[in-house]
Amino acid sequence: MLMDADQEQVLRQVERFVYREARLQDEHRYAEWEALWTDDGVYWVPANGDDIDPEQQMSILYDNRSRIALRVRQLLSGRHYSQEPRSRLRHLVTNIEIVRRDGPETAVGCNVLVFESNLRGETLWGARTEYLLRATGDGLRMARKTVKLVNNDKPLYTLSFLI
Amino acid sequence: MQQAPRTNGLGRLIRGDEVHGSLYRDPAVFAEELEKIWYRIWIYVGHESEVPKAGDFVMKSIGPQPVIMTRDAAGTVHLLQNRCPHRGNQVCTEQRGNTRAFSCPFHNWTFALDGRLTAFAFADGYEGRDMSKLRLAPVPRVASHRGFVFGSFAAHGPSLAEHLGPAAETIDRLCDASPEGEVEITAGFLQHRVKSNWKFLTENEVDGYHPAFVHSSIFGVADSGIGALYGAKSTALCRDLGNGHTEIDLRPEFRRIGKPLGWFGTSPERLPDYVARMNRAYGEEKARRIMIDGTPHVMIFPNLFIAEIQIFVLQALAADDTVQHVTALQLKGAPDMNRRLRQQTMGSVGPAGFLLADDSEMYERSQRGVAQRQPEWLFIGRGAHRERKDDNGLPVGHVTDEVPQRGIWRHYRRLMEAAPC
Repeated sequence: MLMDADQEQVLRQVERFVYREARLQDEHRYAEWEALWTDDGVYWVPANGDDIDPEQQMSILYDNRSRIALRVRQLLSGRHYSQEPRSRLRHLVTNIEIVRRDGPETAVGCNVLVFESNLRGETLWGARTEYLLRATGDGLRMARKTVKLVNNDKPLYTLSFLI
Repeated sequence: MQQAPRTNGLGRLIRGDEVHGSLYRDPAVFAEELEKIWYRIWIYVGHESEVPKAGDFVMKSIGPQPVIMTRDAAGTVHLLQNRCPHRGNQVCTEQRGNTRAFSCPFHNWTFALDGRLTAFAFADGYEGRDMSKLRLAPVPRVASHRGFVFGSFAAHGPSLAEHLGPAAETIDRLCDASPEGEVEITAGFLQHRVKSNWKFLTENEVDGYHPAFVHSSIFGVADSGIGALYGAKSTALCRDLGNGHTEIDLRPEFRRIGKPLGWFGTSPERLPDYVARMNRAYGEEKARRIMIDGTPHVMIFPNLFIAEIQIFVLQALAADDTVQHVTALQLKGAPDMNRRLRQQTMGSVGPAGFLLADDSEMYERSQRGVAQRQPEWLFIGRGAHRERKDDNGLPVGHVTDEVPQRGIWRHYRRLMEAAPC
């Protein structure tokens, strides 16, 4: 499929956003990462499949905006021991595609592999990540981020870094 | 690695207030625990509300052993082992569902929900054989208390009521928080794995000494009242209920404060529907008492932790491998309460939980710690000088004391020294 210049430009913008978000996570730049959220942002990591109802069923993580802020405050406290010392991380983000555009909002899908090294050892986290990005005066912001871990139906080690 | 000194059996490794580090890390000890604890005493498996309808099944476990919990057409709950009696194939690979029967994909042998063999392919090959003994093996004993289903691999032994003893009342107290007197397990489980021995978890669930430190990051930023419950000045208690069951009893603090739903960090004004239903169900006086006291914080040995708003089911897989299955408790007939129970549970537990990420970090650090050669012993003597008996003759101490840990190890020693079945 050929892309027109506009689509090409949006894709580049989305890629820049997604790569930057991944780097802020890898480098534990929590406050800058938090600033990427809209005021109505929702951060979701489902469990036991990718299409559960998070209002009814347990998710690994289902944060509204105030809980995202709480998570960041805990990470910044210096006493959140599962991140003290902090995990060494690298997010590899690939297969970025624009799924849908609707006014100021762009739905994006991508594949993510995270390599984590911490006191326990090395852990690989594979996921399909979906974003709902919103164009604002300050550039793109995350209105929703959903991380569908490939093995979210299995026992998982502690996931206390930002995925 | 240092091996456990074995000359006088495992009892030698447990002194009154000292426990030998090898008990947490020696694979031979773990193998012996499987035979003497996990495959012998009553183990919590699941809740009846997880299989509400005839034909429902859900995959559960007893230690490393998978167990299928089913409900048959007559409404009876069964615990079955997932192994075809023909050539050993796994019969069920779904986590949950509803079915009329289990069919083994290997040779199409078919089993009813109670495990009976009901059909097998090309029957002429078995002419003259009595096939009735070939079935999915049941867990030999199954019993439940208020919907909580336990299984025991031992054909004979104490009844579930004898095993639970005074701990049964803590489950009753939990059910009282529902206007219909029942809890339900319907929100799905998170599975949180730790590279640690199960006993570090069992002990920590009733360790009132650690929250002030391990959880200071979240208490500090979340404006939580939980920290004070576990402070030096708290009037809360810890208690040894016997048979390895132990609890943190926060009621003295909640009664001193005297606010209904204070235990849940909220107030009657915010949950008017729940309060009205509780008043109707129990009368205002009793409802008020229940709502002040809150729900229990009890560790039912070895694997069911009722943690006020959620349950943890501990699954021991190896000396250094444990899975915590955790979900929100749901109170029957209390929809406004249940939504909050799910949200608070999701925030606090599981792999990304504000509380459990740090608990689990401690479990793994302890596991690596006890791999060090010295000191060989762990010390669990906190509060031994002020341990006393309550009105029911049960050992109690200050909430931060190690009465529960001493009780757990006393019972563990009895189990490990018992004669084989």
